[in-house]
Amino acid sequence: MKMSGSQMVIEALHKEDVKVAFGYPGGAIMNVYDEIYKDKSFKHILTRHEQAAIHAADGYARASGEVGVAIVTSGPGFTNAVTGLATAYTDSIPMVVISGQVPISVIGTDAFQEIDAIGISRPCTKHNYLVKDIKDLPRILKEAFYLARSGRPGPVHVDIPKDITAQEGVFNYPDEISIKSYKPHYKGNNRQIHKAIEAIAHSKKPILYLGGGLISAGATDLVREFAKITGIPAVETLMARGAMRYDDPLLLGMVGMHGNYASNMAMSEADLMIALGPRFDDRVTGRLDEFAKHAKIIHVDIDPSSIGKIVQVEYPIVGDLKNVLASMVDLAKEKIDAAKYESWRGLLNRYNEIHPLSYDKASKSIKPQWVIERVGELLGEKAVISTDVGQHQMWTAQFYPFTFPRQFVTSGGLGTMGFGFPAAMGVAEYNKEQKNGKYAINFSGDGSILMNIQELMTGVENRLPAINIILNNNFLGMVRQWQTFFYNKRYAETDLSMQPDFVMLAESFGAKGYIVETKEQFDEALMDAVKQDVPVMMDVKVDRFENVLPMVPAGGTLYNMLLEYKDEE
Amino acid sequence: MKEIRKVISVIVINEEAVLSRIAGLFAGRGYNIESLTVAPIPESDFSRFTIVTKGSERVLEQITKQLHKLIPTYKVIETQDVVEKEMVLVKIPLTTNLSGLDAILNGYNGIVANASEDALILMAVDDAPRIQNFIKIMKKFEPVEIVRGGSVSMEK
Repeated sequence: MKMSGSQMVIEALHKEDVKVAFGYPGGAIMNVYDEIYKDKSFKHILTRHEQAAIHAADGYARASGEVGVAIVTSGPGFTNAVTGLATAYTDSIPMVVISGQVPISVIGTDAFQEIDAIGISRPCTKHNYLVKDIKDLPRILKEAFYLARSGRPGPVHVDIPKDITAQEGVFNYPDEISIKSYKPHYKGNNRQIHKAIEAIAHSKKPILYLGGGLISAGATDLVREFAKITGIPAVETLMARGAMRYDDPLLLGMVGMHGNYASNMAMSEADLMIALGPRFDDRVTGRLDEFAKHAKIIHVDIDPSSIGKIVQVEYPIVGDLKNVLASMVDLAKEKIDAAKYESWRGLLNRYNEIHPLSYDKASKSIKPQWVIERVGELLGEKAVISTDVGQHQMWTAQFYPFTFPRQFVTSGGLGTMGFGFPAAMGVAEYNKEQKNGKYAINFSGDGSILMNIQELMTGVENRLPAINIILNNNFLGMVRQWQTFFYNKRYAETDLSMQPDFVMLAESFGAKGYIVETKEQFDEALMDAVKQDVPVMMDVKVDRFENVLPMVPAGGTLYNMLLEYKDEE
Repeated sequence: MKEIRKVISVIVINEEAVLSRIAGLFAGRGYNIESLTVAPIPESDFSRFTIVTKGSERVLEQITKQLHKLIPTYKVIETQDVVEKEMVLVKIPLTTNLSGLDAILNGYNGIVANASEDALILMAVDDAPRIQNFIKIMKKFEPVEIVRGGSVSMEK
């Protein structure tokens, strides 16, 4: 069938069953937008900034597990998208981002809105393409979706010059793709799996170290089962929150810089670490030569380059976690006796009793942790939670009662402020599409929220009820905390006393605003907020100097946590 | 940690941006490139890179894995059981004393590749350390220019 390049783009989106694309038009991508205008079979959401389009597609992808799609123009349209690509890349989120490019005939002449887009996106995508011949376009689009969702997922960028979208060609969209240089290894090596199970059976203090790979592999049911059969306690990384239920007796909590005492001690005292899809991020390991010093390590990951990158691994298993865990569950039933680890579990539970996560619950003023717990009590598993980056993000990870995978949408690896609100719109769009009755809640800070504030317009226009709960402390709180701890309270450029009126700001867009100054006002505001069909801004005035604790100072050892901070003044 | 020299050959699908992918990988992750040679493999849609690099054992393992991770990478050949050859061109002025030159060229598989009125261009192809030596010896002929090619290698 003959059609134009831009029709091919639309057809490919159909074939891939794309339900929504987020984007922003411009000169070089106009041919594609002309087809979007004519085609009504999938939804296009116009954001007010390209960065937000990518984050929204990312949020949609994280909530749904499907490939997120965004469309932008050349030059600044594309460069605005880069932060979004990098965010998705570091967290292995499947996305296809299509950008316009100047016509092939003028590439390399510094034409208007020309930039070497694939040169820029190369280090922050799984793969990228510049389409130079219309003959290749159908295959490239197919490959883009295939690469995004297979193996270790990630964003793929397709840069299409304007003359290619105008040209006519034959649309022969391949049903299947085979790239001879790309063969992800899905099945774990059986011998290695057996060895790993033997190692577990011989261990005395094993620990399950759960990473984001479990969520992308859809292996959380299996890991819950594996934990139950073996009785091995577990810790989660930031990206793995929701892998196990918050109230699972085997879940110790989050590990790392702001992990709880029991989790970090479990890592430090374990004699065997069973790492399932984490990447040994420095925010988890702390000082490497002291990290899990007593433990042998089993590491299961679909990406071989992830294994042995940071720490030496005794039992490497390359494979899809779903396959590998299924075998491990079967073997564990025969070979592992949960009773064996009873005293180990007892010790770790005692750690949790001695040093639980805590804050001043009786405080009259609003503590940020209280807000998160309160939302947990009121909405619990009816909410999909996104965050921006900073203190509020860590408190959310610590205190929200997560119960299911994909309930937590956060920029873990890159730490992108401004991610939360557009991502929550992506979540809200997915909730609407699925009619799942869930709420999209974004915990944000007074710093982060202003980084994509223009998206209020997108949310109002498209009736996307993303609820932003701003834990407003008039500070760039996390940087302020470091300044308090490590910079002798020199608060360089972190005081955000100068602020907009968030309620008026929201309402000027046609969104809904609430101000919450006392605990008593909170429930009513939230219960009204969840009834809205537009974005909500809840400006919650919280304690200015609250700190995220425990804390492992950067480069410190996991077992040496700052458990409390006492002001000398 | 001890730095080890290693010759890695990479077979990639021959596409435009592939050189930038490999060069960018080394630059972005802070790996060393001592030399890099690339050319298409005849009668195929592959190209072959020969990369000489240096690093600790862990870094070298990561380099291999990261190269593998690139989508167009078909094969990474790590074996050190290879024939590795390097080439060098040396231009020496005819004003210098050329005594002993013949014997040296003989010793290093060298030839005179070009002779003009005022200079000779010598060429040698040999193992990398021997090329290093050859260049050292050439110093006495006061070379005006030395152009060294990267290593190429082939498994035995």
